[in-house]
Amino acid sequence: MKEKSSVFSRFGDKKNRGRLMSFALVIIAYIAVEVLLKTGSLGSMFSSLLVPITCYVVAAIGLNLNVGISGELNLGQAGFMSVGAFCGICVSGILANSISAGIPRLIIAIFCGAILAAVFGFLIGIPVLKLQGDYLAIVTLAFGQIIKSIFMNAYIGIDTEGLHFSFVESNFKLQPGGKMLLNGPMGATGTQKIANFTVGTVLVIVALLVVYNLMFSRSGRAIMAARDNRIAAESVGIPISRTKMLAFVTSAALAGAAGALYGLNYSTLVPNKFDFNTSILILVYVVLGGLGNMTGTIISTVVLILLPELLRSLQDYRMLIYAVVLILIMLVTNNEWLMTKWKSLFSGKAKGGA
Amino acid sequence: MQFLSYLINGLGLGSVYAIIALGYTMVYGIAKMLNFAHGDIIMIGAYIAFFALTKFALPFPLAVLAAIAVCTMLGVLIERLAYKPLRQAPSLAVLITAIGVSYFLQNGAQILWSSSSKVFPSAISTGSISLGSASVSYLTLITIATCIVVMICLTLFINRTKTGSAMRACSEDKGASMLMGINVNMIISITFAIGSGLAAIASVLLASTYPSVYPTMGSMPGIKAFTAAVFGGIGSIPGAFIGGLLLGIIEIFAKAYISTQLSDAIVFGVLIVILLIKPTGLLGKKINVKV
Repeated sequence: MKEKSSVFSRFGDKKNRGRLMSFALVIIAYIAVEVLLKTGSLGSMFSSLLVPITCYVVAAIGLNLNVGISGELNLGQAGFMSVGAFCGICVSGILANSISAGIPRLIIAIFCGAILAAVFGFLIGIPVLKLQGDYLAIVTLAFGQIIKSIFMNAYIGIDTEGLHFSFVESNFKLQPGGKMLLNGPMGATGTQKIANFTVGTVLVIVALLVVYNLMFSRSGRAIMAARDNRIAAESVGIPISRTKMLAFVTSAALAGAAGALYGLNYSTLVPNKFDFNTSILILVYVVLGGLGNMTGTIISTVVLILLPELLRSLQDYRMLIYAVVLILIMLVTNNEWLMTKWKSLFSGKAKGGA
Repeated sequence: MQFLSYLINGLGLGSVYAIIALGYTMVYGIAKMLNFAHGDIIMIGAYIAFFALTKFALPFPLAVLAAIAVCTMLGVLIERLAYKPLRQAPSLAVLITAIGVSYFLQNGAQILWSSSSKVFPSAISTGSISLGSASVSYLTLITIATCIVVMICLTLFINRTKTGSAMRACSEDKGASMLMGINVNMIISITFAIGSGLAAIASVLLASTYPSVYPTMGSMPGIKAFTAAVFGGIGSIPGAFIGGLLLGIIEIFAKAYISTQLSDAIVFGVLIVILLIKPTGLLGKKINVKV
């Protein structure tokens, strides 16, 4: 009975409050940033970080669905971002002549990025979901490496004869006047920068809507049941592979959308940008924000992206301090003695009643 | 016979991966954690050997010993400070801490020794011998020999000594080992010490083969060795050995016969296929979960 009531209080009473809080947070942050932008009190460094922050927030929300809600460690989220980014860049490049307005083209690119990443998510999900624990993690890691390695060697271009694609640079020839979309290790160059903060914020809200709707639906409860006890969930007839696949593909699609937005925010993008370290970075946002906690993920992503920038005055020592902060947070939040002290500091005597 | 020389070079590279993977797999088997800082211990070892050889002009064997000593102490220190307080914590928290340690070591090295790469002096003679029609450098032979010696010593240690059986007991069941009077914390420290010592040996071999030393040099071999450990079945010592060797051979063959640039994609692709066929790696134990 005790178990039941705690689950109820977690997803029943606080359900709407938690949801509303994360939406309110995003909207308030958006308004605050817009006001600061209009009054010109936001430095150029911060304003250049706005779109990347929204991208990483979306990717981290997706990863939290995978790691927190579905309980599968994914070390290849950057791989899905990479798929989304280069797909988005190519789509935007192809449509540049037919759709000149930035925003519709951006939205189409984001959609295409999300869909292609979802397809990759489905393909990689087939072997991944047969495995468990660390074996699953390594396949996602391997996927990230494979994607990076493929984009490092992919040459895609468009000319009057249509789309060209090759893995060998010497085989790759374009008609005069053709446009190079992807240039092997150089990545995408000369991309039209059509991403903006408003679309980014909308994407964050869409990501939150998708994840919350999934979390509190029948499928979401099945996903969580499969995470908490695989065998029990199976025995009550939950199709484990299908529910896990749903979470995995949704997570990949969100990463793809984030990647497309990210790719269209820079005029050049190299495949190396989305390496193992980027996957790990997104995982750190998720774990520090709290597994399954979307509001926490948003806050930790923003803080951890801004932290190295705020520490810039410390120059070389900033990443060292970042590392120490990371270790200390993990040590402190997992120290039972400190955490009971911390909790008793806030709830005090009320704890006895509850 | 190009094939033979590729095979031997593959074995050489695979031996380095195997030595690193042994460290990974031992730590995983006993502490049940993925030590992402393992690759960076390799980097520290390479720097120590580099400074021992250049600044202090020590002879090569002493430089290797210095690297092993520093890495062993560093491994134990990291375990005590960062991982031991998290023994009961969820595995993701330990993983993030390991990532933090990895960042710390990389950035610490960058501050101390700058990010520009240093040229590792070639201490092992550069000659080569011809085996049939293939010529093999001494370095490759020494690497393979080292790996075999390490593997034999480790197997004997695990199977024949009292500490070794205590280690095996810990990897089976920590609670029961504690009840049998085994000092589990001590065993975990010893495991980290051995793993880091092996990383130091690998670092010298790696830096001799690819003679440049820089703060992020450990991450790629680290990831590859981790892959090798999973390939062979993580937690299994012979598995790590075979996994490492196979990974090295596949990488060199992929580079030689298919494409240099796509070799990483091929290596990881093979890994995915292997895991599809054998979901717990080549020599991994199948774990039956009881209700």
